[in-house]
Parts: sequence; C-alpha cells; structure tokens
Amino acid sequence: MAIKTEPFLLNIGPQHPSTHGVFRMRATMDGEVIVDMEPVFGYLHRGIEKLAEERTYNGFVSLTDRLDYLSSMSNNFAYCMAVEKLAGIKVTERCEYIRVIMAELQRIASHLIAVGAFLNDCGAFMTPIVYMIREREKILDLFEMVSGQRLTYNYMRVGGLSQDIPEEFLPALDKFLEQMPRWIDEYDQLLRQNEVLLARSRGVGILPKETAINISASGPVLRASGVKWDIRKVDPYSVYDRFEFDIPTGACGDCYDRYRVRVEEMRQSLRILGQARKQLPGGEFQTPVVQPVHLPVGEVYGHIESTRGELGFYIVSDNSIAPYRCHIRAPSFLNLTALRDMVVGWKIADAILIFGSIDIVMGEIDR
Amino acid sequence: MKPEHYGIGIAKGLRVTIKHLFRHPVTVQYPEQKLHVSRRIRGNELVWDNVKCTGCATCSKACPIGAIQIATKIDKEKNKYDVDITVDTGYCIQCGLCVEACPYEAIYMGYSYEKAKYRRNEIIQSNDMLLPSETRIRSGYMSPGIAAQLPEQTLLLEKITEKEE
Amino acid sequence: MMLESYALSSIGSALKPLPADWPGGFWWHWLVFTIIAILFVLLMVLFFTYFERRAMGRLQARLGPNRCGPFGVIQPIMDAIKALTKEDIVPYNADKVVHWLAPAVAFVPVLLVFVVVPFSNGAMLADLNVGILFVVAISSLSALGIVMAGWGSNNKYSLISAMRAVAAVVSYEIPVVLSIASVVLLAGSMSLNDIVLAQNIPFILMQPLAFLIFFIGASAEINRSPFDLLEADSEIVAGFHTEYSGMKFALFYLVEYAEALLLSVLITTLFLSGWRGPLLPPWLWFLIKVVAVFFVLVWVRTTLPRARIDQLMALAWKFLFPLSVINLVITAIEVLAWPGGVPWPMLFVNIGIMAVLIVSWSRLFKFGWGRVKVEA
Repeated sequence: MAIKTEPFLLNIGPQHPSTHGVFRMRATMDGEVIVDMEPVFGYLHRGIEKLAEERTYNGFVSLTDRLDYLSSMSNNFAYCMAVEKLAGIKVTERCEYIRVIMAELQRIASHLIAVGAFLNDCGAFMTPIVYMIREREKILDLFEMVSGQRLTYNYMRVGGLSQDIPEEFLPALDKFLEQMPRWIDEYDQLLRQNEVLLARSRGVGILPKETAINISASGPVLRASGVKWDIRKVDPYSVYDRFEFDIPTGACGDCYDRYRVRVEEMRQSLRILGQARKQLPGGEFQTPVVQPVHLPVGEVYGHIESTRGELGFYIVSDNSIAPYRCHIRAPSFLNLTALRDMVVGWKIADAILIFGSIDIVMGEIDR
Repeated sequence: MKPEHYGIGIAKGLRVTIKHLFRHPVTVQYPEQKLHVSRRIRGNELVWDNVKCTGCATCSKACPIGAIQIATKIDKEKNKYDVDITVDTGYCIQCGLCVEACPYEAIYMGYSYEKAKYRRNEIIQSNDMLLPSETRIRSGYMSPGIAAQLPEQTLLLEKITEKEE
Repeated sequence: MMLESYALSSIGSALKPLPADWPGGFWWHWLVFTIIAILFVLLMVLFFTYFERRAMGRLQARLGPNRCGPFGVIQPIMDAIKALTKEDIVPYNADKVVHWLAPAVAFVPVLLVFVVVPFSNGAMLADLNVGILFVVAISSLSALGIVMAGWGSNNKYSLISAMRAVAAVVSYEIPVVLSIASVVLLAGSMSLNDIVLAQNIPFILMQPLAFLIFFIGASAEINRSPFDLLEADSEIVAGFHTEYSGMKFALFYLVEYAEALLLSVLITTLFLSGWRGPLLPPWLWFLIKVVAVFFVLVWVRTTLPRARIDQLMALAWKFLFPLSVINLVITAIEVLAWPGGVPWPMLFVNIGIMAVLIVSWSRLFKFGWGRVKVEA
C-alpha cells in the first residue's frame, strides 16, 4: 500500500532570515521537496524609474545609489556613462581611471558580501560573513575617504566626479592591494575544499548554458554556466581595454561554481586595480564644461559589467531638463528568472542555497 | 586518483578559525574606543552660530519636516534681536536643506556623530545646545579647507584606535 | 577486582572510591547528589551559553558579550531575566496542551541522565551497573518533546523540523550505541564509574574510530552544528521553537545546552578517562575536560556549514553504521585475543585501521551524492 501524501503550501518570506531582503517564495512542498515555486516580489518598489523623469540628469545620480545598494559605485558609473554618451561629453583620463578603481573596489566589496551570505545560507554559522564583512569594511573605509559616505556614495557626476580623491587615498589603496590577496587565500582555505560544502553545493541548482543564455542571465551567474561573457571584454567601456585580466568561468553552473567564479573575480579585480593604480594619470577630475541641463533629443543605452551582471540604463531625452523615460536593466532581476527552474525538485535547504548563490539585491529588482 | 574528501577540507577550515583565536579582534568597543570618521563626511548634526544668525527663519521654512522652530523678540536693553531656536533632532533627517537655505551660513552640519541621548526630551535641542564647541565642529563636506584641519580618518587597514584618555 | 587493581596502579586514580552512601545514609546521599547534579547542570549551562558566545566571538575575530559585569560574565543571568519577563505567546491555532507540555518533556530526560555521571571516584547519585544503557535510553526521550513542540505549534516550519528530529534521532541512535558498545567491550562494564576506572590509557587513543563515530553521531543527535537541521535558521526559521517565546523558549535553549553538556560529559567519561588525571583534584579534571570538549564543539560549529537532511541520513546509514559495526567486530577480536586487557601498542593499530577505513570510505563520496553527474 502506497502512503498518500498531500502537497502543502509553504511561504518562504518576505520576512524570512535568508531571503536577502523582502523576497517571497510561495513554495508547494511535498515533504521537504519543492514541487512548485512561485516568486513574489515588489515589496520594495519605490518607483525609481518614474522618479528619474522628475529629476535633473545630475539629480538622479543619488537615486541610482538606492538601486543595488551593495554596489552603488557601479550604478553611479553606469548611469553617468549613459548620460555622457547621450550628451557627448568626454570625461578626463584621470576621472576614467578613478571610476574604474571605484567600480573594481565595489566589485570586491559586493562579492565579499555575496560569498559570505551564500556560505551563511549554507549554515556556516556567521563565520565566513563576519570575516568577509571585515574586509569589506576596509573597502568601505576607502569609499568613505573619497565620498564621505559608507553605503550610498553619490560620488560620480555626469561629466566627472563630485570631488577628487584625497591625497591619503592612494597610500591606503596600496596597503589594501598588498593585504587583500592574503585574505582571499585564507577564505579559500576556510571552505573551498570543505566536504560538507561540496556535498551541499556541488551539482545543486545547475543552470545549463542554454537556459542561462535564454533567460539573458549575466554576470557571475552566466559565467558560472561556462559562457565567457563579460561586458568589460566584449564591449569595452571606459578604459577597460587597457587592462589585462581573465574571465573566470565555471564548469557546470552549479552553486559551487557560482561561488568559485565570484572568488576568482575578486582576484581578477585586484589585478585590474593594481594596473589602474600604476597607470593613474594626473590632471582634472572633471570635464571643465558646464553641467548638462538640456540634453539633445535622442535615446541611449549605456551598459557596464556591474557586480551582478550587465547593468544598463536606457535613457530617452526630449530636450527637457529631465529624461523623458529612464529604464534600468537590472541584472539581478533577470538572473532571478532562473530561480524557479533551478529549485523545483530540490529540497528546501537547497532552495535557500540556490537563491543565495544567485546573489540578488531587492533594491534593484523592485526598483 | 589520490584520495580526497576524507576530511582534509574540514581540517583546513578548522585551522583557519583557530588561527583567529590568537589574533587581535577587529571590533571596536564603541564608547571607549572611538574612530575618526572621514574628513569628507557630510555630517549628521546641526550646529548653529548665534553670532551670524539673524533670526530670519529661512531654515525653518526650508525644513521639510518642520523640525526647526525660530522665535525672535526684540531685546531693547541690548538693542538687538534675541533669537530663540529649537530643533527637534529626533525628527531631523539630515537632508541639509536648512544649511543650503541659510543666507548667512549661520547653520551648518557638524562633524561629530554622537546624537544618542538617554531621555527622549533631550533630543529636542535649543539655543545653547546647538552652539559650536570643541566637539561640535564643522564638517568638511565639499570644503577642502575645513576638511584639512579635521583629524585623519581611522582606517581599519592600518589600526584601530586604542582606548583613549 | 582486576579493574580496580589497574586503576590503583596509575597516577591520579589512587583515590579511594567514595562509599555508595557517602555523607552517611541513603537519603542524605540522595539529597546531596540531587542538589549537586541539578546545580551542575544549571550552572554549567549558564556558563556554556556565555562560554560559547565568547569563544565563538573570538574565533570570528570579534569579542562576544563583554558588557554585563566583568568580561560580560553575568550576561547569561541577564538573558534569563529577559526570557522570564518576556510575553508568553501561544499561537491562536496551536494545540495548547501539547504546546505547553513540550518544553518540560524535552527538559526532564536531559536532567535525569546526570544521575549516573561520576564527578569523582564513585561520586555519583546512583552507580547503576547499566549506567550507559540508562543514558542512551533516557536521553533520546527528549526528542519526544521536540516532536510535541513541532506538532503543537501548528506551524509548517516547526512541523518540518519535528519530522527531521525524528529521522535524525532514530538513525543516529544506532551508530552511537554501537560505538558505545565497543567502549563497553573494552572496559568490561556498563557502569560509567567502572569505565573511567578501566581507562589507564584514555579510550580516545584505544578507540579512535569509536570516538569519531560517537562524536559525529551524538552531535547529530543533539542538533549541534554541522547537523543543526532542527533549528536551521537559514532554512526553517527557528525550527521547532519558532512559535515559542519567553521562558518556554528559554527552556528549549536550556535543553540545547544541557544536551551539549551531556555530550561533553559522556565524551569525557567514555573516551577521555573522566575524572582521572595527575595533580589536580578529580572534580577539577572532570570540569576541565568537559569544557575542553565543549570548546571543540564550539569550534566545529563555528567552522562548518550545515548538512542537508538526506545527506544526514546517508551519513548515518552509509558511513557511520558500517564503520561502527566493523569497529565493534575488531574490538571484539582484540578483547578475545587479550582477555587480560588490550596492550597499549594496539592503539597504533587502531589508529591505522581508522585512517584506512575513513580514506577508503571517502572514495564513495560523490558530488551531489550520485544524484547529478558533475565532473571535477
């Protein structure tokens, strides 16, 4: 006689310890196994795209901080780049380099949180995330030094930066570049070979190459599936074509690969930072033109490789002081669309792990 | 194939954690140890200069929260306006609009960051509490001249300030 | 008789055993040791909560609680006061009687076990000749309290946790008991005091594999990390005590640490030669060893991620169970070959056997546990 079981509905979130914000999974469970899952979001909707239509071009920079609040610098970068493309402003060399340095530091800071939170979701009781927050704190110190803020930096402006880097920044950066590789090695030792972690994450939540491309995933999620796609290489923006770095890719696109790709990317970011530090020229940090008020009629799409993938700003201008329309291509939103395919058939513990490995930020998804 | 997954990864992880037992902890014991924030910090407290203030109440009008109240009366003996300012710092959102609005730079953001109080009524500050002092100095936001005089930022990279005094 | 002569020959155990009715009279003995046992459990649990947070803090490059009193030592008392003054919430749809009863049902068995624990030579409430059997039988009763809590809360997370508890406790009982059995074979007695007296060489050296199996199995049974699936906060919020607050939650917290204490005490007694040691008084040696074992538990908890429920079961049935059977057979052969006591050079053989067994079994470890094919 077969035992008849009944599937039941389990609400994971929006107030759940590991949903990384206010995300909700309406999971239909058969015991511990998830048979169906429906993602629900929108709890953090603030209408940022609409707000852009009421701000001046420079006034919107501070709101881009609030999109992906773990990588504010990258958001600033992408937005400013898009507007500059539309206005035809060429920013100075020094500004480009400083922007790249900031974006790469931000990538390390964000990946530290991503990896730490992922390992925390695995159940490593707070240790990896505490260690990684310690390193992130050092990066935040650097950001605080240049911008005065620790989370929403609001550092870049259309046509340049808000202020030049202070003189004590470069020595501190050197010190950071000297210390950081040792720490990354240590974190690798902490859990890279760990049997429990391998058992938990190897082969779990596989995102095949084709699916990843079909859902237009980007960033570490796509690269872990084995696709060598990085905007910094395939469509070099800013001064990225002058640096030498590799694109780490994963073997099969499981949770472990996504974790490994992030750790490798931190190493590559350090490489870029070292080169950018050496090549950093002097000069002006801002284009000596007046701030753009009326932009020419037209539309533009500017995209960068943000920490979570391809972050794009699509801006339509009608020659007024504000954008006619501003659309944001949020990488974690598109990466999240893979979630249902990945979690169905796995256990609840795996679902949390897979969700953590995608590394989303709700501020960017709900906008 | 050489044997793996027999516990070597677990042993390596255990080694990393036990190493931290012999390292100095990185956390700061806040009331005893204080860090210097960035010189460029925008500041989150209001400092009021009673010498420059004319009592025009522009700041009060600019405040989106309505946290600033200004009352003026004529002091006939000294032949001047007596300005009475009250700021409910519990409501203040540190937007800085009052600072931008003030035509005489009589109100500005301060560098220090300790705003916590033990009693709720202590967060409503008035006159003397808002004056500049040694601890309530001007923040260096967007003004390199002032920023250069502020103490150097403490970096976790280098050290953590040891117990003061 | 033979065991006693062994015991007296080694350093530190030249101690005369306490008479079975030590302060004079059965009831005095009962009263004194009941108070000692309860105080021991409660004080050690208070100390353990503090110790775990401090040790974990230091392992995580921070300090841990250090504000209440010198070095934060009265933090656990503060926590207790907080728990007592909190509002007691019973969910509207909960099974109220079961919900109320569960913390007590979980707590009592853990306390009962300390009846047979020797703090010094013969210093115990009751020197049962089936001591370890009593421990095994009673300690697994507290799973009943957890199931009751999971059912009574009327919460899906709690229910999942309760189901996990049943599965884990039932399957881990077997390797744990088998590893204890090999210790009992070597000691020739089930009384905990006699087991301590038999350890001229600590059994952690004579029985390394049994120690490992017991450590893994027992920490899975008491839900210590990396097997803390019952209260996996990143998956099922807080597991069976999601809906508990106030002192009822504190009781579960107490159970958790009392079980950790139990594990430390058992490992001390079974594998680390209990209260025996040179120079220091026996009860101090006992405490030092208990805290040292608990530190290892904290250390492991700080480092390792959590296993999944099916991996937990697989570990019990595919790894620990066969190994504990093999270990039992080997021990039995050793005991048969040397009926007067296994000679100490055999410990190298035993360690070698352990290494060979673990490495050969680890070859069966597959990524995704064979469910998905993954290269590299």
